[in-house]
Parts: sequence; C-alpha cells; structure tokens
Amino acid sequence: MILLILPVIGAILTYFFKEKTARITALIFSIVQLFINGYLLSQFDFASAAIQFYSSYKWFDEIGLYFTTGIDGIAMVMIILTNIASFLIILSSWDNNHKNINSFLSLILIMQSSLNGVFLAYNGLLFYIFWELALIPIYFITGMWGGENRIKITFKFFIYTFLGSLLMLLAFIYIYINSNGINTFEWENFINLELSKNESTILLWAFFIAFAVKMPIFPFHTWQPDTYSVAPAQGTMLLSGIMLKMGIFGMIRWMLPLAKNTCSCNLNIFMILAIAGIIYAAIIAIMQNDIKRVIAWSSISHVGLIAAGILTLSKNGIQGGILQMFNHGINIIGLFMAAEIIERRLNTRSLKEMGGLALYAKGFAFLFMIVLLGSVAVPLTNGFTGEFLLLNSVFNYSTIWGVLSGLTIIFCAVYMLRVYQLAMFGESYHKENIFSKLSWSEYVTLGIIACIVIVTGVFPNLLLNISDISVNSILTIIE
Amino acid sequence: MEIYIPLVIFLPLVGFIISGLGARFLPKNILGILSSSTILGSFVCSLLLFRHIYNGGNVVYLNMFNWINAGNVSIDFSFLADNLSVWMMMIITGVGFLIHIYSIGYMHSDIGFGKFFSYLNLFVFMMLVLVTGSNYVIMFFGWEGVGLCSYLLIGFWYKNTNYGYAARKAFVMNRIGDLGFLIAIFLLFNNFGTTEFKYIFSSNQSVSKTAIEFICIMFFIGAIGKSAQIPLFTWLPDAMAGPTPVSALIHAATMVTAGIYLIARSSILYIDTTIAANAVMYIGLATAIIAALTALKQNDIKKILAYSTVSQLGYMFVALGVGAYTTAMFHVTTHAFFKALLFLGSGSVIHAMGGQQDIRFMGGLSKKLKITNITFLLGTLAITGVPLLSGFFSKDEILSKAFYGNGILVFSLLAITSVITAIYMFRLYFLTFKGNFRGTEEEKHHLHESPATMTIPLIVLSVLACVGGILGLSSLFSHNHFISSFLKNVTYDKHIPHPSITFEFTIIAVSIAVLAVIIYLCYNKFSKNYSSNNEDANQNSLSKLLSNKFYFDEIYDFIFVRPILNISELLYSFIDRNFIDRIVNFSGTLVSFGSNNLRKIQSGKLEYYLLAMVLGIVSFLILIQIV
Repeated sequence: MILLILPVIGAILTYFFKEKTARITALIFSIVQLFINGYLLSQFDFASAAIQFYSSYKWFDEIGLYFTTGIDGIAMVMIILTNIASFLIILSSWDNNHKNINSFLSLILIMQSSLNGVFLAYNGLLFYIFWELALIPIYFITGMWGGENRIKITFKFFIYTFLGSLLMLLAFIYIYINSNGINTFEWENFINLELSKNESTILLWAFFIAFAVKMPIFPFHTWQPDTYSVAPAQGTMLLSGIMLKMGIFGMIRWMLPLAKNTCSCNLNIFMILAIAGIIYAAIIAIMQNDIKRVIAWSSISHVGLIAAGILTLSKNGIQGGILQMFNHGINIIGLFMAAEIIERRLNTRSLKEMGGLALYAKGFAFLFMIVLLGSVAVPLTNGFTGEFLLLNSVFNYSTIWGVLSGLTIIFCAVYMLRVYQLAMFGESYHKENIFSKLSWSEYVTLGIIACIVIVTGVFPNLLLNISDISVNSILTIIE
Repeated sequence: MEIYIPLVIFLPLVGFIISGLGARFLPKNILGILSSSTILGSFVCSLLLFRHIYNGGNVVYLNMFNWINAGNVSIDFSFLADNLSVWMMMIITGVGFLIHIYSIGYMHSDIGFGKFFSYLNLFVFMMLVLVTGSNYVIMFFGWEGVGLCSYLLIGFWYKNTNYGYAARKAFVMNRIGDLGFLIAIFLLFNNFGTTEFKYIFSSNQSVSKTAIEFICIMFFIGAIGKSAQIPLFTWLPDAMAGPTPVSALIHAATMVTAGIYLIARSSILYIDTTIAANAVMYIGLATAIIAALTALKQNDIKKILAYSTVSQLGYMFVALGVGAYTTAMFHVTTHAFFKALLFLGSGSVIHAMGGQQDIRFMGGLSKKLKITNITFLLGTLAITGVPLLSGFFSKDEILSKAFYGNGILVFSLLAITSVITAIYMFRLYFLTFKGNFRGTEEEKHHLHESPATMTIPLIVLSVLACVGGILGLSSLFSHNHFISSFLKNVTYDKHIPHPSITFEFTIIAVSIAVLAVIIYLCYNKFSKNYSSNNEDANQNSLSKLLSNKFYFDEIYDFIFVRPILNISELLYSFIDRNFIDRIVNFSGTLVSFGSNNLRKIQSGKLEYYLLAMVLGIVSFLILIQIV
C-alpha cells in the first residue's frame, strides 16, 4: 500500500515546489520508495507460494471492484525493477532543462505509483484501472516535453494502446459476467473458473492483443519507434524500461492462467509472431541512423524473445523471461541514458554526425560499453543469463524456432557494435571538442546501471530465487 | 591444491583492475611490470599445478557457487585443473608473460598504454576461464570473453575506421560460430541434462549416436568461427589491425587454438562420430591449402603470418579429424612458440621501420636488426619443418597420423601444403632481411634494433621454438612421447599405428632435400635480384586470384552483407512504413471518417434526441424480455 501512496504524496509535494527543491524532493521520495521496497524484500518469504502482504479493501463491491493487492515472487521482481528504474530515471533528469520541471517530475512519480499498482493488483478491474492510469502521465510527458511531431505521434500511441486495453476490459467484463454469480473481479476467483474452449480462445486473443500492443510484438509495433524517438529521454525510459513489462507481466499473471483452457495452436501463432518480430526488428535496426531508433528496434527484437520464451510455458522459459524483463529494463534505460548524454552535448541523434567521442570521454565510453555488452548478452553481463535460458527453452520447444531466435545473438552484435563504432570510434565529426565532461548525476546513473549489469550477470540467482516458487505455482494453474 | 586454481585464473583479473585503474597515475614502466607480474604469478601457479598432476595427483576441482539455476538448468561456476587444462594454462600464461614483457617495449610511446595492458590481462583471464571451466557453459563464458577482448584489441587504435570495421567483423563472425556452440550446449542439456564434463564423459546412459553427431557438428561450427577455418576465416587476416603483440598472443598462440582445445576436450564424443570427424578433417585440409596458397601472394608482413596461422590451424584440425587429438595439442604447443616468435619478430621489424608493413619496401634488415634477424630465421626454420626443430616433429607427426589414419591422399595434400609453407615463409624472410633496402631514406635512418624488453622474449621464444620438439620426439628418436603420455588420461586418441622407420627416414631425407631447393630458389628470386615491378608485371589469372585472397570477402559481401542491408532498408521503408503502418493509420482514418458522419447525428435538434431516446428505451425493454 505504502508503495502506491508514497509516490503520489511525493508527486503532489513536488508539484508545489520549484526547480531545485522539486528535484530534491522527487529524488528523496524515490529513494525512500527504494528503501521500502528493500524492507519488503527482507520480509519476503522466498519459500512460500502464497501471495504475500495480501490486503483487500472494499471499494465498489457492487460491481466486484476490490482494492486487492499482494506480492508474489514475480511481482516482487517487477516492483524492484520499477522502483530502481524510477529512481534512476528521476536521477537522470537532474540536468534536464525542461520548463516546469516540477510537473515533469510529479508526473514521473504518479507514473511510478500506477506502475507499482499494475504489478501489485490482484483484482482484474483494479489492474485495468492502474493500467490505464499509467497511460495518462506518459501521455502528458511525451505530449508536453517531446520533440517534433509530438502531438500526432503521442495521439497515435494513445489511441493504439487504448484500443488494445479496451479489449482487455471487455475480456475482464466477460469473465465477470460468467463468474456464476460470485460478483467479483478477484484474481483468485477468476483462476478457478472453468471456461469452455471457445470462450477461452476469444479471451486469449483479446488479452493477447492488449498486451502485444504494449510490449510491442510484431505487427503491433508501429507506434513504438516513433514514440520512443520523440518522447523525452525520461519518457522513453519509462516506456521501454518499465511500461512494456506491464504487457509481459500481464501475460504471465492474467492471460495464461485465465485463458488456460485453450488450444496450444493459438500460443503457437503468438510465438511465430514473436519470433518473426525478433528477426524483423533486428534486421531493421541494422540500418537505422537515429540512435534512439536503433535502441527502439532492438527493444522489439529483445522483447520478442522474452515473449517467445514465456509462451513455451516451461519453467526455464518463464524464469528466463522474468529475469530478462528485469535485465532488459536496466539495460535499455542505460542505453537511452547514453543516447541522452550524447544528445545533450551534440544536439543530434544522427549517428552520422557523431564519431570519435571515445577520445573525449573515456569514463563514458567505458560505462556505455558495459551497458552495450549487457544488451549484446556477453557472458557475465546480465543479458547473457536471461537470453541463455530463453533460447534454451525455445530450442527445447522447437529446434527450428530455437535456431531462428538464436540469430538474434548475431544480429544484436551487428547493430549494437555499429552504434558504438559510429558514435564512439573513428574520426571525430566535430572539429573541436564540444563533448563536455559528464556531470555527477550522469556518472552516477550510468555507473549504477553498469554495476547492476555486472552483479546480476554474475549472480542471476539473486533474482531467479525470488520468482522461483511463484513460477511453479503459476505453471500448476496453467496445467 | 585447490587454492592454485583461483590464483591462476584471477591473478590476471587483478592485473586487469590494477592497470585499468592505475592507467592515470602510475608510470608506464611500473604499470607494465605490475601487469606482467600478475601473469608471471599465474604462470608459477600453473607450474605448481602441473607438478601436482604430473606426479599422479588427482584432478583438482573448484566449485565457487551456483551460477544459474532455473527449472532443470543448473550451472555451477566451477573450474577444474586436469592434464589438458594444466597444459593449456602453461602455454597461455607462459607465452602470455613473454608477450607482456615484449609489449612494455613495443607500446612504450602509445597513449593507451594502461588500457592496452588492462585489455591484455583481461584476455588472459578469459582464456584461462575457457580452458579451466569444468562445464561447457563456463567454457562458453571464456569463449565469448576472449572474443570480446579480441574485439577490443583489434579495434585498439579506434580512430581508424577500418580497424573498427575489422574488429566488428571479427566479433560478428565469431558470433556466428558461437551460435553453433550455444546450440550444442542446448543439445547437451536435452540429451544429458547437464553440461558438466565429468558427467558427460563418464555417462553410460544411452544417448543416441545421431544426437552425438549433431552435438559434435555444432561444436565444430563454434570451432570454425573461433579458430578461423573455412568458411569463417576471413576475419583473422583483418584482425592484424590490432597491435602486433595482440596478433602474437591472441591471433596466433592462444585464442585461435581454442577451437582445437574444444574438440580435444570433447574427444570422447568425437571419437565415435563419422560425419563430424570427417567434416573436421576435410575442412581443416581445405583451409590449410587455401590459406597457404593465399599467403604466397600477400605483401603485408603480418597478413602473411596471419594466413600462415590459418593454414597451420588447418593442420591441427586434420589431426583432430583423424582422431590424433594429442598430436593436435602437440602442434598447438610448438605453433604457439614459433608463431608467437614470428609475430613478435615482425613487430620488431615494424617497430624499426616506423610502421611500414609492406615487405616489398623492406630488405637487408639483417644488418641492423641482428637479434631479430637470427630469431626470425629460427622461427622460419621451425615453421617450415627443418628437421630437429620443433615444427618438424609436430608436423611430421600430423603427416604420419594422416597417412596411417586416413590415406595417401590427405597425406600428400598436407605434404604439398608444407612445401607451399616453406615457399611463402622464405619469400617473407628473404624479402625482409636480405637483399637491398628498398624503403625511403628516412626509414633507413630510423632502422634500429629493438630494446631489450623486446629482444629477450624473442630469444626465449626462439630457444623454445628450436627445442620444443623434445616434448614429442618421434618414435625414431625416442619411445617416450611426453605429450601423449601426459594427456592420455583426458584425450582419447584413436589407435593409429606408429610410423615405420623407413617412413621416418624418407620424410627426413625428402624434407631436407626439398627445403634446400626451396631456400636456394627463394634466395635467388627474392634476395639477389628482386624488384617489386617484376612481380607485378607478370600477373596471370592465378596469381591475381591469390593476391585477391580467392575473393572470399567480395563473395560474402555479395551474398550476405549487401542483401541483409538491402532487406533492412526494404523492410523498414516499404513493409513497415508503407504497409503495416498504413493499415494502422487507415483504421484511424476510418474511425475519424465514421466519427465525422456520426457527428452529424449530434445536430442539436431536440426531436432527433427524443426519437433516439425512445428507440433506445424500447429496444432495451425488448432485450430484457428476450433475455
């Protein structure tokens, strides 16, 4: 509960402060939030399959809306990601020269609250409310502080994801109507319902489209590269680092358990889309010239692999998927941070107008390299363990698909090293050194990310252990 | 004994951290000495481990912690020191130490001195992880790690865009092989449920032969990438963009032999395969010949040595293919000595020439670079297989194993390759060190022998290159084959009969005769009256093919690189923007079109609203009745 309320208080306070005070307030609140998260983790029972810290309050019990929240292992990983990432995002905005920085930061805090809510909710309608609530701040962040064409692109993004989530709402209402008189949206009631095969299939598709748009999975992705490139850096980080995980999380928590009674052929179609997306996006990423777009396309490719792994419905796949959600969140925030650091100095995102930056910023080059290697999934960085488990599960599921998804490790090396080459190496594009030193907040943000990349790469079990039991129980529900 | 394993492995990592952090404030010499001494410490520890194993001690295991644990995948972060890994450890740290010392002199005026040593230490660490990992996943970690260090070091002089391209090419081509390795690991999980060596190699469970074949083929694909065999070998010549000590350590002595180590390590799986073993042999054979032919027409001193490395690796794969795993390891060892020597020698030459690498503009360097000259000559003699030097014994053993293990065809092709090797090596030697100096005046003044930090490693390596053959004397000289008796607990050689005495004598006699002829011819052609114009003038189509490296790069560019770039453009600008996004936007347009029409309904006229309301209520009531 506190996780939800605290950022809102923070947001309100931040809104009333000006400039520096606002920055400090927001930062303090995100740190406190982290501590609370850490406290919860220390109280968390790793060996228990039950939903922990469970609480349920009546809200509109006439329509089955309860304020039911709880944390299982999967949600725990997600809120750790959310709170670390929010802290990093707020920290990364320290040097932003936005107008109305107070409202910018308070929107981020509201965002943090609703994202936490999405992962904590154990009531379908509550989940939906938080899901939509998260859309509003990001809409304003992108719409007000974004780049060129922001209105048009944000509007498209909004409509796109909104339509997707409408399908989800319909699916929830449908289950609610068919819940045999137990008028509730509670998760625990939902999973015990026995729906017919046809019903399940329709629900499955409705959920899938809602979640696929958010992630996004090919071919529901066309809003993503535009939105990522036009949004301000912090907006992009929120979108890619945390928000897209809502979709994947939704698949694990809601789609698979609720629509379990369906033909696996549907899941196979989803997997084909996911794997097609891996290759499709990776190939496109090779030739992009805008650094943020390369990262955006790489994200589609990586997320496709996560989805494919989870859809194998194997322990390895889901565990790998959860681990990789965390890793992807951290890595992509690092990558966008690096892009932002470059853009702040050169005022361009075009790779053609960079080059030779390693000469001026050795520390930055080093940190950027570590984050990049995490994304390329070199062993002992976080990306490797996740990708290893995911590819292993897809390969066990189907040899051909495993090999096709495996191409990602080649393509990823191609486009990521190209970015690094064009940005950091080679002759300097600018005659004189206009690349000033990194500020402390930039160093700290990237430094923390680089540390997380290495630590979770060496000790992935730290995260895998948290979600281990919960994945087992999810799998028993699905079976 | 357990304590020595982490010491061996992690001392270089300590060196990496020291030289990485100390780059700013430590003086260069101290930095170089610190970083080299960590490798020396690692070498001493591996000697101690060697003594332990040699005296019949048990295999040493070290399990640090459980690395990945999810579902049925459980991977320990564990290492082992058995005969094979101890052997590799000694090569890596021994040669690595000499090359570190050499680098102190070679890199002394480079601004990236600290960075260079930290990368070099990191590489040694990764390479040690590769050879000591006690399961295939840890091995893969080292495998990718050395690829990364190779990338960093090839692109070390990052201001040059071509170097950066070469580095990326190396990394990506390695990654293609790595995918094969990864698939092999997945197959192991499927069939054995684990990747620990001790379970796989001792497992009596019935894993089907086809599965083993597949696993071995996939491992071999990994080896093709890392050890630069056809079709993934074109990165290695380009990798010469890196500083010369890097070429010596990574691209000659250690990293590129990782593929040989992998197959020798899995010898128990390979020994029963037919397709995989044949693939190993024939690809090795083809690579040996093609690379040697290409080396004939190259003019860059390092490129010649690079193609020579590719060719020698091909020899090793032939040995692996016929089932003579220890023979391959023997050649790995001697090759590490003489090829590191040759590369370091070429580095000394380039150092003296102020960066010039084209041998057409050298000549007569023997007068100024006395030590380099002698050591380089010894290296040349060793690689060309002059009897009693190290290269002779290991090559001779490969030839005889090929003869007795496979047949006359493979044998004679390898023998011809040896002849070609001798030709390009002596061409290289004579053009560089004999005849008249053909460079500019400025270069002529600049000529000087390298400092002691560079010449001492040269001398040590040349001694090793000469006497390294003792490790595996052929049956003619001794019955105690040191390497094969040391490694036989780990690598399982196929039984191949020992060569007869006549065979041995014939080989020695023929090789002396042929070498004498080649040396004479090369001396005449490339030393006495050489002019680069001559060579360019009579270019026939064959030599054109050779000097263009069989057009491998162009063909790859045509088949793979450009199509993928084109598809990328096409997918983005045509399919994605024009097709998928159009559909999305079209549905958007449809909605706004619809809403424009719908808006007319809200005309503000009250009667319409009333009508709509009544209709609504009526239909609602009807609906309720029906339900």
